[in-house]
Amino acid sequence: MLAFLIKRTANAIFVMLAVAFLAFVIFRFFGDPVEMMVNEQATQSDRAELRERLGLNDGFITQYVRFVVNAAQMDFGISYRNQQDVTVLIKDRFPATFELVLVATVISLVVGIPLGVVTAVHRNSALANVLQTGSIVGISLPSFVVGIMLILLFSVTLGWLPAFGRGETVDIGWWSTGLLTPSGRQALILPSISLSIFQITMVMRLVRAEMLETLRTDYVKFARARGVPRGRVHWRHALRNCLMPVITLTGMQIGNLIAFALVTETVFQWPGMGMLFIQAVTFVDIPVMAAYLMLVSLIFVVLNTVVDITYAWVDPRLRDDTARAGGAHG
Amino acid sequence: MKLRKILLASAALATLAGAAPADSVLKWGANRDIGSLDPYSYGDSFTINVLNHVYEGLVRYNKDLKIEPALAESWEILDDQVTWRFKLREGVTFHNGNPFTAADVVASLARVSDDASPLKGNLPAYVSSEAVDDLTVDIKLNGTYPLLLNDLTNIHIFDEEWMTEHDALKPTDIGAGVEGYATYNANGTGPFSVESRQPDAKTVFVKNPEWWDTPQHNLDGFELLPVTSAATRVAALLSGEISFTNDAPVQDLPRLEAAPNVSVLEGVDLRTVMIGFPFRETLTTSEANPFTDVKVREALYKAIDLDLIHQKVMRGKSRIAGATVAPPIPGYAPELDELPEFDPDAARQMLSEAGVPEGLSFEFSCISDGLVNEEQFCQAIASMWSRVGLAPKLDVAPRAVQTPKRTSGNTDVYILGWATLPMLDAYSPLLQIFHTKEGNSGVFNWGGWSFPELDKLIDAAGSELDLEKRLALETEALGIVKKEHIMLPLHQQPMAWAVTDEVSAMPLFPDNKPRLWFATMK
Repeated sequence: MLAFLIKRTANAIFVMLAVAFLAFVIFRFFGDPVEMMVNEQATQSDRAELRERLGLNDGFITQYVRFVVNAAQMDFGISYRNQQDVTVLIKDRFPATFELVLVATVISLVVGIPLGVVTAVHRNSALANVLQTGSIVGISLPSFVVGIMLILLFSVTLGWLPAFGRGETVDIGWWSTGLLTPSGRQALILPSISLSIFQITMVMRLVRAEMLETLRTDYVKFARARGVPRGRVHWRHALRNCLMPVITLTGMQIGNLIAFALVTETVFQWPGMGMLFIQAVTFVDIPVMAAYLMLVSLIFVVLNTVVDITYAWVDPRLRDDTARAGGAHG
Repeated sequence: MKLRKILLASAALATLAGAAPADSVLKWGANRDIGSLDPYSYGDSFTINVLNHVYEGLVRYNKDLKIEPALAESWEILDDQVTWRFKLREGVTFHNGNPFTAADVVASLARVSDDASPLKGNLPAYVSSEAVDDLTVDIKLNGTYPLLLNDLTNIHIFDEEWMTEHDALKPTDIGAGVEGYATYNANGTGPFSVESRQPDAKTVFVKNPEWWDTPQHNLDGFELLPVTSAATRVAALLSGEISFTNDAPVQDLPRLEAAPNVSVLEGVDLRTVMIGFPFRETLTTSEANPFTDVKVREALYKAIDLDLIHQKVMRGKSRIAGATVAPPIPGYAPELDELPEFDPDAARQMLSEAGVPEGLSFEFSCISDGLVNEEQFCQAIASMWSRVGLAPKLDVAPRAVQTPKRTSGNTDVYILGWATLPMLDAYSPLLQIFHTKEGNSGVFNWGGWSFPELDKLIDAAGSELDLEKRLALETEALGIVKKEHIMLPLHQQPMAWAVTDEVSAMPLFPDNKPRLWFATMK
């Protein structure tokens, strides 16, 4: 087990280093941050001097090594555009993104699971067909379109919910939360729905497939034959056996949601990490871009590693065959 | 338990706030946030514009964009012709209560011209400054220079004591990796002070009751609410969540005009859009460069249907331009604004007479996040040029990608927009664009041209203190620019703001900068 843990951690570190390397290769094509930092009247020599001071004239290998050495000491530098410590910037934005993702995940489970059960149990009914077709629309609609449509309906036409922003927030230590104020909760509704649409349809389809499988098993038939009420069989016995893959997948998807929240955040002006990243790209703010990419890849790597370790713990066969475990989720 | 207390406390606060009379707070939905609260640490004119509500300069622009006294009451040029003496306004205080004195001016000028300041180009002629007494400052320049006042409109004055106390005498140096106090805090003399700031969400400004000037606005404060997505910004305006935006998207103007609670304020920006040419030996394709021939440049101008671009691409909202500066800019003259005759046949004829090979291929560089509808008018121009037998290769990319290519000469023909900001004078493009590239001049002379006759006029204008004579020199210089077709002006681009019916007055400024100290609400 120890050998497995060490291998898995080494694997994770390698992935992070590779992500950072690729990031620094790509940054060169983003353009020159100095052109965005100085104003129109700066002379050529001012520009060159600033470029030199920021270390942008060094080769990208040098820049990469410098970044890795600093990052290992948790020093991600100062944002070019905001002149703030990048770690602080990201730390301030993380709660907004995390709350959004959390609420979107809860919505996707609360809505997706019942829909999945209903479509499986009444699989030939008109309702199930409508839901099935609807889920295809949900899966294929880009989330910014969903967001804009929600804004038009609920903010402009009905005037019920705010079109943008996070509302009032309350600080608890360094964590800022919008869940404790009415305006914060209202502001959360539209973005989390728009972020969860894809997730809802995915959960629904997964539950449906699992349920169809389970409904064919002997114990379900047996329970029905014994006269256990239909609802009890479906919602209690069958559903429970379907939830394992749903929970695993939901856990894995949290990383995805954090990464893809940036589209939703841009549409709703949600002051989270995705918003920060989009702005960093516009202004070629290399320290912010690098730190954000590292954080997102860290989240992915941690989630995957935890899942792998849990599997290995549950299933001893994977422990022996470490080569396969390494390749499966890295 | 603790959580409950917080909840109760915030509920109590909310009740208190609710009991107060309705405030006139203007909600400004901008297309992006300011970078920080420090105007000197990032060369971003929007940040400077917003922070101008908090910080002021020695002089400022009035409603007609004419310079008037602000923190300085009067000024004179001393006998040596290079020292300017400013008499400062008495009785001005900073938001923290400190009195405004000459030491503040000296420290602020030192801060903005520090080596680490990205804004030091905004004071090109500055050498040093000195406090003569508490309310008199001498500013020494590197020569006779007529545009110091224009430059000073954008140099915000900080409190020296406050900077010393918080170790903020120097601008934040990102290279050194240290944060600055002024990034998070602001303390100026202006009509508004900063109450709170949440980056990318909300910055709250409240009225400064101690402002030295009689306010023309009736606001209790304003909130800067960045809304990056254009569609969301329009929605927020329609639903009344914002009461003003300084960027109403062109494609949504009909929708906004149709809304009962929104008015659109349209105007023409000072920014002139121009086409620039390479003057190097060869093109990026290593072919011989025909653009050094004035006949070729003129032919390319004749090949462009400016009216069609105005009608179709700019939806009739732009102003077709023949001059490289807009009419309100000092130095402009109507005769410079004569338009070329659109004549593709003549253009083709001129090109073949100049020996330009049929199907000549060259790079045509445009910016995707740049000017209004830039991508579209670039496509239009490229196809107009193809019709006279050229083969422009359109290269569209973000500004951060295109600018390095342009400064290093890795492109051929390009689009540039120039608003003469913050100087608001024809000297700005003459010095920065049309002058030969040397020292501080010609920073934006990306084509690498050199017209000694033109340089002489620009240099003379740059040291001529008599306004009439200087403007005559500038107009003459712009005449050479026109005659030589160094750059081809296309149009001044449209600008559009929008307000809801809560706002009763919002003067539109052609430099596209909102000045809320002139705004009123119902």
